[in-house]
Amino acid sequence: MATSATFRIWRGDARGGQFEDYATDVSEGMVVLDAVHQIQAHKANDLAVRWNCKAGKCGSCSAEVNGSPRLMCMTRLNQLDLSKPVTVEPMRAFPSIRDLVTDVSWNFQAKKSVKRFKPRPPDAADGTWRVAQVDVERVQEFRKCIECFLCQDVCHVLREHQMFDEFVGPRHLVYAAALEMSPLDTDNRARDLKDTHGVGYCNITKCCTNVCPENIAITDNAIIPLKERVVDQLYDPVAKLLRMLRS
Amino acid sequence: MPEYQTHEHDVLVIGAGGAGLRAAIEASAAGVSVGLVCKSLLGKAHTVMAEGGIAAALANVDDRDNWKVHFSDTMRGGQYVNNWRMAELHAKEAPDRVRELEAWGAMFDRTKDGRILQRNFGGHRYPRLAHVGDRTGLEMIRTLQDHSIHQGIDVHMECTIVTLLTDGDRIVGAFGYERERGRFKLFRAKAVVLATGGIGRAFKITSNSWEYTGDGHTLAYDAGADLVDMEFVQFHPTGMIWPPSVRGLLVTEAVRGEGGVLRNSEGRRFMFDDIPENYRAQTADNEEEGWRYTQGDKSARRPPELLTRDHVSRCIMREVKAGRGSPHGGVFLDIAWIKARIPNGAEHIKKKLPSMYHQFKQLADLDITQEPMEIGPTTHYIMGGVRVDGDTQMSTVPGLFAAGECAAGINGANRLGGNSLSDIIVFGKRAGEYAAKYATTQERGAIDAGQVDEAARLAVEPFERSTQGEGPYQVQYALQDMMQDLVGIVRNESEMQRALEGLGPLRERANRVGVGGHREYNPGWHAALDLLNLLTVSEAITRSAIERRESRGGHFREDYPVKDANFGTFNLVVRKGHDGRMEVSRAPIPEMPDELKRIIEEME
Repeated sequence: MATSATFRIWRGDARGGQFEDYATDVSEGMVVLDAVHQIQAHKANDLAVRWNCKAGKCGSCSAEVNGSPRLMCMTRLNQLDLSKPVTVEPMRAFPSIRDLVTDVSWNFQAKKSVKRFKPRPPDAADGTWRVAQVDVERVQEFRKCIECFLCQDVCHVLREHQMFDEFVGPRHLVYAAALEMSPLDTDNRARDLKDTHGVGYCNITKCCTNVCPENIAITDNAIIPLKERVVDQLYDPVAKLLRMLRS
Repeated sequence: MPEYQTHEHDVLVIGAGGAGLRAAIEASAAGVSVGLVCKSLLGKAHTVMAEGGIAAALANVDDRDNWKVHFSDTMRGGQYVNNWRMAELHAKEAPDRVRELEAWGAMFDRTKDGRILQRNFGGHRYPRLAHVGDRTGLEMIRTLQDHSIHQGIDVHMECTIVTLLTDGDRIVGAFGYERERGRFKLFRAKAVVLATGGIGRAFKITSNSWEYTGDGHTLAYDAGADLVDMEFVQFHPTGMIWPPSVRGLLVTEAVRGEGGVLRNSEGRRFMFDDIPENYRAQTADNEEEGWRYTQGDKSARRPPELLTRDHVSRCIMREVKAGRGSPHGGVFLDIAWIKARIPNGAEHIKKKLPSMYHQFKQLADLDITQEPMEIGPTTHYIMGGVRVDGDTQMSTVPGLFAAGECAAGINGANRLGGNSLSDIIVFGKRAGEYAAKYATTQERGAIDAGQVDEAARLAVEPFERSTQGEGPYQVQYALQDMMQDLVGIVRNESEMQRALEGLGPLRERANRVGVGGHREYNPGWHAALDLLNLLTVSEAITRSAIERRESRGGHFREDYPVKDANFGTFNLVVRKGHDGRMEVSRAPIPEMPDELKRIIEEME
């Protein structure tokens, strides 16, 4: 591996910015976040970047590396062509705060709009439930989500069309799916999914699935089943007729 | 006068990991107004890193388990200098706290009959850790986060507190800055709960993130509160050591719980060579029995790999020093070998340890289902912290509470794996409950403008020196190197005295650090301020460690390698003297009630 590489890092804020080149030493096993930290420590103390665990578990260091949305802590330098400058820029779907840090606060608001977990009464007198491992596993896939928001960053509905008021994005559809498919939850979120969360806007291009660092099958296992749920409950003519007769 | 925004809450919780979130939830449920300060974004706190599980005597897997066994395991692991009241409450209340998590949406792995599954872990007599694969901490923080967002708690994200505000001897608020714009914030509160976690960044090799700079320890100390047990730092035996950029990253103890074994370069299971006397009766004396234990055979005793973390770390160091280490200066941790014992073993490993599989695959190009891992000790946790009342979690300063890693007592000289996730929900709840109670009995105190001005002045000083001053990272690295070398896993008097002498010049350098640029999201500035906290906790650790002239739990002295019964009768307390200097004193451990003594005797 090369002993030095150039990182072309976006510096700026909401008012604008530009790429700046930084050369730094590289060694075996390094990830992009290591290079950013080295530059921060030796060349640009004020280079803004979020990070916490450095192990792909907290989802803080999301950025776009050579144009593709990644966790910087899990992007090895030996996967990149170091003969050319490596570009590192913030997630572009969200407003800039500074350098590699973006304003992701919308995500925390959007999450609140999803109705919270509402379990059935406990199965046993001691307040506990009995659930099969197989039923737990279906939901555990969704609960692996580390809220890095890379899926939100890459989703056309948010990134290109900026429909933040109409669509909650793949992350929160995964969150809703975890609740809807929970073996214990009793609430129904179909109406919200259609009217408030805009599940219909997803046109299944699977961009979110492709960038998920936890390899959650977002489109196939979460969004499509939710779309089916909405159709089954809100568009099925037989069910609609039955509802009318009942009411 | 500095400019700042003012926020008013009845209870202010500083720190939003498991302990802080649980405290905030409990306080808000009691009907008081609650502010929650997170150093990072909500849900990113260190709790996400916890892997193995939550220790709670649910007795779902082994019906011989109960709170008494958990209590005695915790006391034995802590070498009997724990706050026994906290150990008792923790063992009694952990099961309810775990069941409550399930009621709030946590999805634990299940037993065959559909109950919460529990796994083996070091120092726990029976399978006791409720878990979700090896990402239990993520499940827990997400559950608490998703529950808390509907509770009406005011969350202040990416905000760091630099000082607590006092009126006489009581707490009346806190002062800090938000990262995004770098603006100051003043929080008025009737009670404050510290839940800021640990101090790992004082050492070079650590599993801890940048946030772990001893903030709560220092805030409490500066406000006049007692710290206790600061000499007890836990070096987790299994951190990654290769490649260099991931050195220190945690490899969960669950690898050993699932049957992983430690070997030296000669292929020997060296843990069998040194089994401490007080664990001999409950430890397997052959490989076959150890394997049967990990597979749930109730008649088998646990393998020596699952002895307490302090002991395993020292055994690894011994092998490395004796020249029997791995190529990069650690030893081998092998889970791949279980394929010989389990049909479809590779799939089994991936299922039980998914994030370990990915971590090694992605960061070290190593397939743990095929090859052994190279591991070595990493600074992981501090048993010491704010001295609190066992029941209420109130510190020695009225209105100041602490919970989780930044509080001390439950763990004594060494923490058992899994006891942290249970600690943070048991005592997070208690801290929130009693802080709310306290707040309802108090009038709002007066804010001293002088304190605010001084804190603001100190906070922006690094900008005045600008880039003429030394960079903050260089001083931080020098401190981390020194603490790693001189106050690490194996300690002695002369090295620690050198560390103490080194701290003075480092503090002078820290006071001259300069930062360029402006206040908006400026990590150099944040590092410069965090550095002062690291220096305070480093001094507390070093002074306490010099004072404890014996070896016990996480504290090992090569000049006093033996445990001394006299030192088992007191804890070391650190407080700020009237002249501003740090003082260390001995606090006798209160007599344990007969009921608890009997439990410990029965479990011997």
